[in-house]
Amino acid sequence: MIKIEGVRKSFGALEVLKGIDLTVERGEVLCLIGGSGSGKSTLLMCINALEGIDAGRVEVDGIDVHAPQTEKNKLRQKMGIVFQQFNAFPHLTARDNVALAPRRVLGQNKVETLELAEHHLAHVGLGDKLDHFPSELSGGQQQRLAIARALAMKPDYMLLDEVTSALDPELVGEVLDTLRLLAEEGITMIAVTHEIPFAREVADRVAFFHQGVIHEVGPAKSLISNPQMERTQEFLGKIL
Amino acid sequence: MFDYRFQWRVVWKHWPELLEAALLTLQITVLSVVFGLMIGMVLSVWRKSDNKILYWFTATWVALARNTPALLQIYLAFFGLGALGIHFSPYTAVLAAITFNNAGYLAEILRGGMDSISPSQRGAALGLGMKPLQMYVYVIFPQVLKAVFLPITNQIVWAMLGTSLGMIIGLQELTGMTTFLQSQTFRPFEFYLAAAVIYLIVCETILIFARLVAWRAFRW
Ligand SMILES: Nc1ncnc2c1ncn2[C@@H]1O[C@H](COP(=O)(O)OP(=O)(O)O)[C@@H](O)[C@H]1O
Ligand SMILES: [Mg+2]
Repeated sequence: MIKIEGVRKSFGALEVLKGIDLTVERGEVLCLIGGSGSGKSTLLMCINALEGIDAGRVEVDGIDVHAPQTEKNKLRQKMGIVFQQFNAFPHLTARDNVALAPRRVLGQNKVETLELAEHHLAHVGLGDKLDHFPSELSGGQQQRLAIARALAMKPDYMLLDEVTSALDPELVGEVLDTLRLLAEEGITMIAVTHEIPFAREVADRVAFFHQGVIHEVGPAKSLISNPQMERTQEFLGKIL
Repeated sequence: MFDYRFQWRVVWKHWPELLEAALLTLQITVLSVVFGLMIGMVLSVWRKSDNKILYWFTATWVALARNTPALLQIYLAFFGLGALGIHFSPYTAVLAAITFNNAGYLAEILRGGMDSISPSQRGAALGLGMKPLQMYVYVIFPQVLKAVFLPITNQIVWAMLGTSLGMIIGLQELTGMTTFLQSQTFRPFEFYLAAAVIYLIVCETILIFARLVAWRAFRW
């Protein structure tokens, strides 16, 4: 379970998160929607401590993420994160991209991790690209590679930041299909997305972000078809 | 006017001296690059430091190394430090000066290499649960290596050509030895041409070898 309480975060004078409260249960899929610059990416980075926080508390399975004594690398092992910009490791083949962390972080043996990589790449439809470098893959393939890389760590949670935003429209479908698969497998996900129909179909709940505040959170279908707050209505009106 | 008659036999006769001098040139080059790389790594890290003293120390080093003549740096190492009571042999003075010079350039090359890596690669590595050291070893450094490989190769060539300044303080590296031999034999054209060919062959060998390594190692 991820429990976020009163989280505040500023970059210099700019307060980006102004007191966020949010709870995500095991097995739940939560989609974060909201305008650009509203703090969604920052919140994801605060959840796995890639960014620090100024106030409040983030708890994952009862562990205080931002406590100084928390081993952040251990914590991140069970929380995959996938970024908008893919961030595949350019110097490694698809297989080595996926095998790297299980081998070096979890200390699994080499043969085992290469097989694991093949399995996860096949899972996201890249079984025929094992020896390709990221520069030889399309954006959609690189993004699926990034997802496979995160999944190979067998995370309990996945943080997904607009994983389809940098893709050409015809490539969005393949990545969303991959995420659907994860949702069906019961992985707990927090996904920032602009794909409202996707959120409606896959998410259990949706939270609407605006200027560093969560304005509305609720069951996906009802929030999207019947938003209560004016701001949410406005945002959905523009985007749909 | 153009009735100069080449006499190569005299060059051939002094071939062992030339070869020995070339080896000295190569030795200073290799040592100055190795030491320069070690210092350059430290400088490139200090350059990013929050510590003002380290930052300014590094910035000064880099500026002096890059923006003053290498010849001056050799004079300073030899006569300058000599006046302060620190007496270097010509060999040590040249090695120290070229190392100083290399470290300044290499620090900047390394810094540029680090800066060329997208910051999001850090997030991707840490996000997989890597410790900072693992992130550097498995994700950042391999990419930096590619970015700096050819610039460093160029720096090696530059360092080698720079060692020729050593003759000014009496070091008999390749240029110094050549100058000495031609003054003994009165065959300047032959000797300087021979030296030029040796420099050229060694530099081209380094460059071709480096390209080969790069082609094998950086196929991505
Ligand atoms: N590392 C940073 N340093 C300074 N400002 C930042 C940084 N990261 C994000 N911001 C600022 O914080 C605000 C929220 O950014 P972000 O969380 O990326 O929003 P979103 O993902 O909702 O588009 C933006 O105004 C952005 O410019
Ligand atoms: Mg964002």
